Amino acid sequence: MSDAVVRPDLDGAAHRDRHAADAAHHGPPTGFWRRHVFSLDHKVIGRQYLDLALVAVTTGMILSWLMRIHLAWPAQAIPGLDKLSPNGAANGVISPEYYLSLMTMHGTIMVFFVLTTAPFAGFGNFILPIQVGAEDMAFPRFNMMSFWVTALAFVVLLASFFVADGPAISGWTAYAPLSAVGKDAGPGLALGQTLWAVSIAIFCVGQLLGSLNFIATTLDLRTKGMTLARLPYSTWAWFITSVIGLIAFSVLLPACILLILDRVAGTSFFIPGGLVLSDRLQPHSGGSPILWQHLFWFFGHPEVYIAILPGFGIVSTILPAMTRKPLLGPRVFIGCLVAIGFLSYMVWGHHMFLSGMNPLSATLFSVPTLIITIPATVTTLLWIGTIYGSRLRFTTASLFCLGFVSVFVSGGLSGFFLAQPSIDTYLHGTYFVVGHFHFVMGVASMFGIFAGTYFWFPKMYGRMMNETLGRWHFWLSFVGVYCIFMPMHWLGLAGNVRRYAAFTDDYMKPMVPLHRFITVAALFTGAVQLLFFINLFWSRRRGAIAPENPWEATSLEWTTASPPVHDNFGGRHPVVHHGPNEYGVAGALGRDYVMQDSPESLPVRA
Amino acid sequence: MGKLFAAVVTIITLVSAAIFAMHVWWLPPDISVLGSGIDKQLEETMAATGVMFVAAQLLLALFVWRSGDANPLRALRTFPGGAIPMVAAAIVIVGAEVLVLTLVGSKVWASIYMTPPDPGSLRIDVQAGQFAYYFRYAGPDGRFGAIAPEKIDEANENYFGLDPANDTTARDDIVAATLEVPVNKPVALTLHSKDVGHSFYVPELRLQQDFVPGIVVPIHFTATKTGKYELVCTQLCGLGHYNMRAYVEVVTEPEFEQWLQDHASE
Amino acid sequence: MHTKHIASLTLIAAAAVVTTGALRHPGPRAGSISGTVTYTGTMPKMKVIDMAKEPSCAAQHKSPVMTESAVAGPNNSLEDVVVYISAGDQGSAPATTAVRYDQRGCQYVPHVALVQVDQPVEIYNDDKTSHNIHPLAKTNAEWNKSQPPGAPPLKETFGKAEFIPVKCNIHPWMHGYFAVLNTSHATQSGEDGSFSLKGLPPGKYTVTAWHERFGTQSQEVTVGSGDTPKVNFTFKATPY
Repeated sequence: MSDAVVRPDLDGAAHRDRHAADAAHHGPPTGFWRRHVFSLDHKVIGRQYLDLALVAVTTGMILSWLMRIHLAWPAQAIPGLDKLSPNGAANGVISPEYYLSLMTMHGTIMVFFVLTTAPFAGFGNFILPIQVGAEDMAFPRFNMMSFWVTALAFVVLLASFFVADGPAISGWTAYAPLSAVGKDAGPGLALGQTLWAVSIAIFCVGQLLGSLNFIATTLDLRTKGMTLARLPYSTWAWFITSVIGLIAFSVLLPACILLILDRVAGTSFFIPGGLVLSDRLQPHSGGSPILWQHLFWFFGHPEVYIAILPGFGIVSTILPAMTRKPLLGPRVFIGCLVAIGFLSYMVWGHHMFLSGMNPLSATLFSVPTLIITIPATVTTLLWIGTIYGSRLRFTTASLFCLGFVSVFVSGGLSGFFLAQPSIDTYLHGTYFVVGHFHFVMGVASMFGIFAGTYFWFPKMYGRMMNETLGRWHFWLSFVGVYCIFMPMHWLGLAGNVRRYAAFTDDYMKPMVPLHRFITVAALFTGAVQLLFFINLFWSRRRGAIAPENPWEATSLEWTTASPPVHDNFGGRHPVVHHGPNEYGVAGALGRDYVMQDSPESLPVRA
Repeated sequence: MGKLFAAVVTIITLVSAAIFAMHVWWLPPDISVLGSGIDKQLEETMAATGVMFVAAQLLLALFVWRSGDANPLRALRTFPGGAIPMVAAAIVIVGAEVLVLTLVGSKVWASIYMTPPDPGSLRIDVQAGQFAYYFRYAGPDGRFGAIAPEKIDEANENYFGLDPANDTTARDDIVAATLEVPVNKPVALTLHSKDVGHSFYVPELRLQQDFVPGIVVPIHFTATKTGKYELVCTQLCGLGHYNMRAYVEVVTEPEFEQWLQDHASE
Repeated sequence: MHTKHIASLTLIAAAAVVTTGALRHPGPRAGSISGTVTYTGTMPKMKVIDMAKEPSCAAQHKSPVMTESAVAGPNNSLEDVVVYISAGDQGSAPATTAVRYDQRGCQYVPHVALVQVDQPVEIYNDDKTSHNIHPLAKTNAEWNKSQPPGAPPLKETFGKAEFIPVKCNIHPWMHGYFAVLNTSHATQSGEDGSFSLKGLPPGKYTVTAWHERFGTQSQEVTVGSGDTPKVNFTFKATPY
């Protein structure tokens, strides 16, 4: 790949030339290690990311059960937990610091190893190269490295469960100086906290490699006829996500390095002088805790869009296929993705309204924060408008898309409150915030992952998932998540503070019954996920054999075998004639859709 | 299945909206001069988002219900106007809300955080440290003694690091574990942290502010109702974060003077 | 036959002489060192501890709880001073019974626990709130553990002699000490400032008195068999 100039490649000539020069990018692998472990094939790497995310989400979910049980019944002993942590859970009862460890690891694992891997690195890796008509990602070796670097980061993070002083306790946000001063600040802030920072720094490297790959592939490896305007919406979403990620992770990586230096090298980037912890004057001075917040949230806010935008793309890909109608306003949709990506860099201070920054900055940050609701509202209305007048097919994939829209409305609207500094004065640090971000990240983004799984599973594994199990999974989860996260808004309005290991304050004691309700809902909804696991593992072996295009969808992955051969298109180079939105048209062969590579000319819309 | 989806979404929407509207769980009564501005802002936002919530969810439910048969013979219908009404609605409705809320909200915000305290305010120095708050009153001499972190001696109740041996202004400083304030009198607090980040949150006062190690952050309020309230920490500060609180006692002026005298003689 | 009788009688007589000699000179007897600890100068005022943030503890105290760092008794006596043999101890038996350290009413009871090296310490949480024990050890290993209410007692030992300040992270007013000593000959001065170290074989000893605020003082004293020498300590108190 020597051509560095990126031009709109309307006829694919440059691609043909490049391809002729590199006859074999990489041939089919031989040997166990190359085929199954250190594979260069984007499809294997995508599945590896999804499997990693599966392990991560299981771990993260179990952590949330432990947290919720403790909040509802603080004195409850959990059998076996004392084996994992004799100090943190003596007799099986979770100590205050262990609760914070569980919470920190829950948030870190879910945000990084589930919501940043599965929707983006997982599905994106598998599907994007095929959707643009390429044989693989632009840099297969970087791609392979990006997965293994991410896996290494996960192992380092899990290792912190087994260190003597326990895992990190400062939350996934790791605010300084608590995260920076070391063990004088209490248990859970020794080696575990350092391992947290090391793990995330390693994760950043993996993500940067991944982002480079996505950007280069999308710009350079599109097949003939695949203009940017004809890209599937999921590819657009992955592309914009990777641009956001490139900038965001480039800031988080040095931030973690500075944090590690403060912890082990005696520097004071984030630690001011005069701090007394454990009766000792800390040997640091000159640093700024707010600097950490700036660096973290400059990454952290774009990160939440990294978590959700692939879901936007997935829903916009699945809904047209299931409604048999084109997505309403596709160019507007892409414009909204770009606007959200751009604005996501201007709002980070809305996490810091009360941080001690000049209060004028709060007003300044709240403006783009409120403005970003406009493109988010537009996309939501476009989805609702796509459903209008359609012929909606109910499959598990489409159900999860509908659920996505519903929970995104709920979570997005609660953001309205938090975007205003004067209201945030009351709601900051309460369960209102927890309810808000769980709706948009923990539910909407997860529903996007589920939708993508049910939709692309046939393509990835060559078999269909079980629809009955899928529907039960959807309905019980949909009701379950509302029972878990809607009440958190009420708790927040009542002033229930978050990140508390127990509710011992006078005014919070009356809220414990509602917490118990949430815990029961959470355990129930967690148990329901078994249906998904069973479906996944059973279907991989015993699902009905999947045809090439079970959903009658238009994009290029549905022209390949299920699963695709090693180089995706079996040596042929697809030529694209249409965009991905040709549904509801009188196509050839009595179809109501036209595939992107179909040579038929576009009929008059029915 | 379309009807089922519509029914479930409708039920969830109406039940949730009702619980919000009925204030089943709600803010405690506000006891602050500036609190009503926040409450009004919150209620307006609640009304606007409530309408948008119900409208969007019911619209989704309606469209799913109506199109929820995969009948291939039914003609597809495009939303009237296509994408343009969506964009227009978003810009007009949301944009208008955004404008109004920002303009009004910024006034409320400014009144709390960008307005200096009344010159005659009662000054109280507040220190947050793992895992308690301590409050310092200047005492009869009206001056706060100097504080130094190396002089902190918790075993002897010297939380602030005062030096009464050498600093006479420090000798009459009153240090208490309760924030005692007279009702209807402006109070100016200076917040500083002994160790890590903490936060000051009294729901009834509609007031919240982070303590930032390394800087002193000023806030102010005037309490309008006597009573006993809780000040709790909302910034994760370590294992005892959940147990970090102090009581705020708003008392009458004579009670306050008596309290000062009682504490001075200790 | 006559010779045998004389030999037996001589043996018996010799035994009698030796025995009565032994009875008249029974060997070295244990002595004791006792005395009084007093102060000169102005004592600092003990302060009232406000436990408002923990009502379940505040409710356990009927009268105001005071800090305990310098407690005076009648006639300028100084209470709770740790007095122990710091040199010359001819060997103390290792202590196997545990020292009990309670967290009760959000206070450490006792304020200073006398512990021998490697003696087990059992730490109990008798309160309804979590406590967090953090011995700020310098030569021993430093650790920091939480104890939720109802948790089983922590069992810890310390391998080196050290005066270890103990604090509770959650309740900043809770401070105490583990006085980890190499000797079993240790005590604390009583309400009248008096102390007594008993069971000391004859020898030369260094007696050390430790007060958590006013410092450490040592005196050398020789104990003869059965002696009870007096050793007094006077600490200089400062008001702040």
